[in-house]
Amino acid sequence: MPKDSGIGASSKRREDVRFLTGKGRYTADINLRGQVYVAFARSTVAHGRINSIDTSAAAEMPGVLAVFTGEDFVEMGSNPAGWYITSRNGETMKEPKRPVLAHGKVRHVGDAYAAVVAETVAQAKDAVEAIEADIEELDAVLDMASAVADNSNRVHDEIDDNICFDWGWIEDNRAAVDAAFESAPHVTTLELINNRLSPNPMEPRASLADYNTGTEDYTLYTTSQNPHLHRLLISAFVMGIPEHKLTVIAPDVGGGFGSKIYHYGEEAVVLAAARKLGRPVKWVCDRSEAFVSDAHGRDHVTKIELATDKEGNFLAMRTETLANLGAYLSNFSTATPTFLHGTLMAGPYKTPLVYVNVKGVFTNTVPVDAYRGAGRPEATYQIERVIDKCARELGIDQIEIRRKNFISPDAFPYTTPVGLVYDTGNYGATLDKMIELGDTAGFESRRAESSAKGKLRGIGYSTWIEACGIAPSHLVGQLGARVGLYDAATVRVNATGNISVLTGAHSHGQGHETVFAQVVSDMLGIPEASIEIVHGDTSKIPFGMGSYGSRSLAVCGTAIVKATDKIIAKCKKIAAHQMEASESDIVFENGNFTVAGTDKSKSFGDIALSAYVPHNYPLDELEPGLEESAFYDPANFTYPAGAYACEVEVDPGTGKVDVVAFTAADDFGNVINPMIVEGQVHGGVVQGIGQALFEVVVHNDEGQNLTGSYMDYAMPRSNDVPLLVVDHSCQTPCTHNPLGVKGCGEAGAIGTPPAVVNAVIDALQAGGYDIAHIDMPLTPSKVWAAMAGAQQAAE
Amino acid sequence: MYAFDFVKPSTLDEALSALAEDEAQAISGGQTLIPTLKQRLAMPSKLVSLTGIAELKGVKTEGNTLTIAGATTHAVVAKEAAEAYPALASLAGRIGDPSVRALGTIGGSLANNDPSACYPAAALASGATIVTNTREIPADDYFQGLFTTALDEGEIVTGVKFPIPEKAHYQKFIQPASRFPLTAVFVAKYSSGVRVAVTGASEDGVFRWSEGEEALGANFSPDAVSGLSVDPDGMMADMHGTAEYRAHLVKVLTARAVAAANG
Repeated sequence: MPKDSGIGASSKRREDVRFLTGKGRYTADINLRGQVYVAFARSTVAHGRINSIDTSAAAEMPGVLAVFTGEDFVEMGSNPAGWYITSRNGETMKEPKRPVLAHGKVRHVGDAYAAVVAETVAQAKDAVEAIEADIEELDAVLDMASAVADNSNRVHDEIDDNICFDWGWIEDNRAAVDAAFESAPHVTTLELINNRLSPNPMEPRASLADYNTGTEDYTLYTTSQNPHLHRLLISAFVMGIPEHKLTVIAPDVGGGFGSKIYHYGEEAVVLAAARKLGRPVKWVCDRSEAFVSDAHGRDHVTKIELATDKEGNFLAMRTETLANLGAYLSNFSTATPTFLHGTLMAGPYKTPLVYVNVKGVFTNTVPVDAYRGAGRPEATYQIERVIDKCARELGIDQIEIRRKNFISPDAFPYTTPVGLVYDTGNYGATLDKMIELGDTAGFESRRAESSAKGKLRGIGYSTWIEACGIAPSHLVGQLGARVGLYDAATVRVNATGNISVLTGAHSHGQGHETVFAQVVSDMLGIPEASIEIVHGDTSKIPFGMGSYGSRSLAVCGTAIVKATDKIIAKCKKIAAHQMEASESDIVFENGNFTVAGTDKSKSFGDIALSAYVPHNYPLDELEPGLEESAFYDPANFTYPAGAYACEVEVDPGTGKVDVVAFTAADDFGNVINPMIVEGQVHGGVVQGIGQALFEVVVHNDEGQNLTGSYMDYAMPRSNDVPLLVVDHSCQTPCTHNPLGVKGCGEAGAIGTPPAVVNAVIDALQAGGYDIAHIDMPLTPSKVWAAMAGAQQAAE
Repeated sequence: MYAFDFVKPSTLDEALSALAEDEAQAISGGQTLIPTLKQRLAMPSKLVSLTGIAELKGVKTEGNTLTIAGATTHAVVAKEAAEAYPALASLAGRIGDPSVRALGTIGGSLANNDPSACYPAAALASGATIVTNTREIPADDYFQGLFTTALDEGEIVTGVKFPIPEKAHYQKFIQPASRFPLTAVFVAKYSSGVRVAVTGASEDGVFRWSEGEEALGANFSPDAVSGLSVDPDGMMADMHGTAEYRAHLVKVLTARAVAAANG
């Protein structure tokens, strides 16, 4: 019987009422008295030397209040990379300065080099057009292989090979891996590209800065997934504003997918302008600006090799990857292609030997950073594609090759050869569930039906795992992280018994206001409606690290559980005093404190009130009030896993691929709100289909972004997606957090792309086309060209 | 966007006199012009709306001719032409999305002559007549290349007369991002012969595939074009499709259009 509230209930998302009725309050909705506007001058060339910038005409334009260039910010610090990566040779990665506004050089199309503040947006934009910038265009560094091979052209003059780091994981295993390849009976090799994506949250970035000339306090309203992290970066690294004089508020935020984790220069400009003018300064990003300034995702070029015996048992895996970092290091950019990617290369398999080499490369493109999945989609895509190819080469069934290489359910905790310890899992269970729900046995008859319609049908699989719930601070500290990745919560029981939960997590679509309330409601036995979740305002919430890496419930939720546990413990003391019983005899159930074995009982509300009206209260041993905080640092990542089956139809006349069936059987451990979990999987799968079939950022030879609007950047739409069959009934609860939960937010985006591509390859091969691989996105023209090529080769 | 004046006259004469001013520009549904203005790529001093003029609206059938007034929206055509010319109504009902169809107009589409627009294919394949405030222009003379038409400065499309074919179908293959035609083919069969118009494919905009027309004139079946090939020379090439791909699509889509027209 499904519950109707609390843990396990599909409680309706309470936040959706305001979102769907136009009552959300996003940064762009906030208007302060006396507010003025900033517009940015952005580079139209991918690479250029700034000889001079003449702002005199702009400064004289109507309504203009201030003009800034990179020169105005040279004293400020660099917007830093959050992780130091150590190269194979022991050297620390090269970190060029990332200025607030471009200085000396512009390094990508869209790189902001000047800003104008004016009374209206139109006046600011008019004045931007009056800025005269003498920028000498240089050859753009675009192709990673040539950027590394030829040091005549440099993104950063001081970095001669355009390489940020050359990372080996795990370097000590390299010789053993190479030796295994030399003696392996079979080696499958695949070269592939993980396509560059633009994040496209529904709400573009926006910032509004306010400076109080009386108190000298700053307030920044901004589109952030992690307001405390923003405050820390602005305070400690870039602007030097003392943390206690800066409040960062991330109100309702319309999606992020990673792109709103990071601190961007525009935020520093609005703060500096507000300080200079003593007036609130606002910036709302245009969609066209977003395409050339939001951090992009993915963009890896990889060669992967899989060594097996003749029966398809994995012996070793080896990869070489060039990871595009773009022009500057965005905050998580160095972690994404390394520790969020290399550590995943074992997958759910018992491959004994794995070695990963990643070179991070600077190019004259928008910075690349974490995007839904962040490194784990790149890892999963390689693994699941090379396995698919290997099975075809060896003539082994796609399901059987996976199953025979799975880590067995009795092998946990399992230490992988790439540095992780999986706490629990049962990969065969999700695979069986996928086979059942996806009716893989009936595939051949469905294929025959498609064939009768003139379509080629294929089925593809992906059995994925990921590491999320970021992250154990001690572990990531060893790996080079410059921050801790715990989280924090305060549970404040008000005198009248209702509750404010202050969380370090930030909800930008996830549904935290609903789910966190379900958890606390279940623990305290009070209605969900009596619990308010407060997030996004650094002046209210404790120092938590925000939401990304599928961490909100596993990490921030655990902090809430721990704070709530403290509330219950304190209540028990109060109850024991009032009912003249021993604390150990107090039982808390269904919202009542009872003395075991008696009918003596006090409700949670009575105890809460007495904490604030402490007349009958053990004041000599207990403080009044009922408010508790907890910081929680996870002992390990969580390791959700799943099995996906995708069926496609390929139109041989046009090359168009239609996803006609999709089954996702996932293990997220315990599930708090099934409806929200399913919604997260739906969204992730659709983004995965987007990457596989539609989305890619394309640059021309000059580094111009040819996909700078929705006229050319293709997003998946509802009619591109079949009814998704999603299941989360296979549950191996996480062993190291009290809720037993694992992250689910990125799963779909991680597991889906290889399932789709494998299905297309299956369809084409079954149709007689000898095609081993097509790089994503598998657009109609690419699929048709591959078919035409295969046909020509056969003739 | 830059500042501009806006007028919305209620008669064609008022519109024409407003348009006589320097830097004045007509706006109908604005589905191309508004995005262009938002990106600051155009700077008209005055926009003259054509959507408040009663005589520029409506769909009517007289004999074997369907006439659509210039400022009639796609949504209205999709509904009101459905009986007389279902293939044309179907084309109108598949342009863009509901918001585009509620605002965009046939006159705006034909005046703009985007090489990937839908309506030019229908007009050319139907041998339609483009009616303006000064004259009538046969479709074969009207389309003159990318974003280029026979219209003079200040001339307004007031209507389009479509001869109603015996059979017709519009086969659209969409570009995945814009959902404009990557290539689309309108096939119309008349007692006088078959006309095949292709949009989205050529560097010169909408064109008639005469080889296909001849073959289909002799045998109106999909097989009639199976032995033909389309020259990729002069086809558009971009990230969404090579010239060879578009040339290939012309043939595939023509065959499918014929199959659909034959029901």
